Amino acid sequence: MIYRRFFNVPTWRFRSPLEELYRMRQQMEQLLESAATPPQREAAGVLPLINLTEGKDNYYVRAELPGVKGDELDIQVTANNLAISGERKIAAEEEGARYHRKEREAGTFSRMIGLPGEVDTDKVEAKLENGILTIVISKAEIAKPKQITVK
Amino acid sequence: MADTQSNELKVREKQEVTSPAEQTMPGLIFTPAVDIFETEKEITLLADIPGVKADDLTIDIRDNTLTLSADIAPVDSTDEVDILVECESGRYYRQFTLGELINQENIDAKLNDGVLRLSLPKVEKATPKKITVKTG
Repeated sequence: MIYRRFFNVPTWRFRSPLEELYRMRQQMEQLLESAATPPQREAAGVLPLINLTEGKDNYYVRAELPGVKGDELDIQVTANNLAISGERKIAAEEEGARYHRKEREAGTFSRMIGLPGEVDTDKVEAKLENGILTIVISKAEIAKPKQITVK
Repeated sequence: MADTQSNELKVREKQEVTSPAEQTMPGLIFTPAVDIFETEKEITLLADIPGVKADDLTIDIRDNTLTLSADIAPVDSTDEVDILVECESGRYYRQFTLGELINQENIDAKLNDGVLRLSLPKVEKATPKKITVKTG
């Protein structure tokens, strides 16, 4: 860029029209790719996959954790972060069992989620029902919307 | 990091069913992940179906085809706004062909923490008869 300003010459490199076409094609492909994946579906790539929703007074975090017991989960909340970690165990079956399918996996997981606003760390409830973890986190008083009446 | 924690779970996209039949109901359908193993006496099937209540699960055996289908109760989130959606929920559907004859009266199904455990006892075969050929 500095050279350009100094010598007032666009570029020293020779640009062929074919090269220009190639660049255009690349840009088109990038555009198509970004259009194909809606931004909402972009997962962090870390388990557990969560759905985060916001109500008037609470944040709701829902995650699918089939086969995980409540005492195998570790959930911690700070002012605006939520940490979920745990381990999924699959009990060993009796010996001599011949597997036809083995798609379920065991292992550890841990995840940190940034919450959109400040929360009240004393008012957090978590429940595990039918393999779905639901965490209800109350917003901090200052973050809650206040109704203001017009006189 | 990846080397030290080798047993860390990897993220797997939920498998969406590519139309078992023409759909007349709205909503997504997923294929549950399963373990199937066989012992001398029975075939056991474990399936991950988070969000399914015992009443909403249908197990059907017909002509050597085992069909699992499950509905999930919709999440009560009327006044909630989505901030982040990473996994979608929907019904579950999967079919299996059974090779062995199954004793249909003693099928046992348990649903715990979103995992279905289905025990399919095999029909006891008649003890193989050995025929000795006498010479004489």
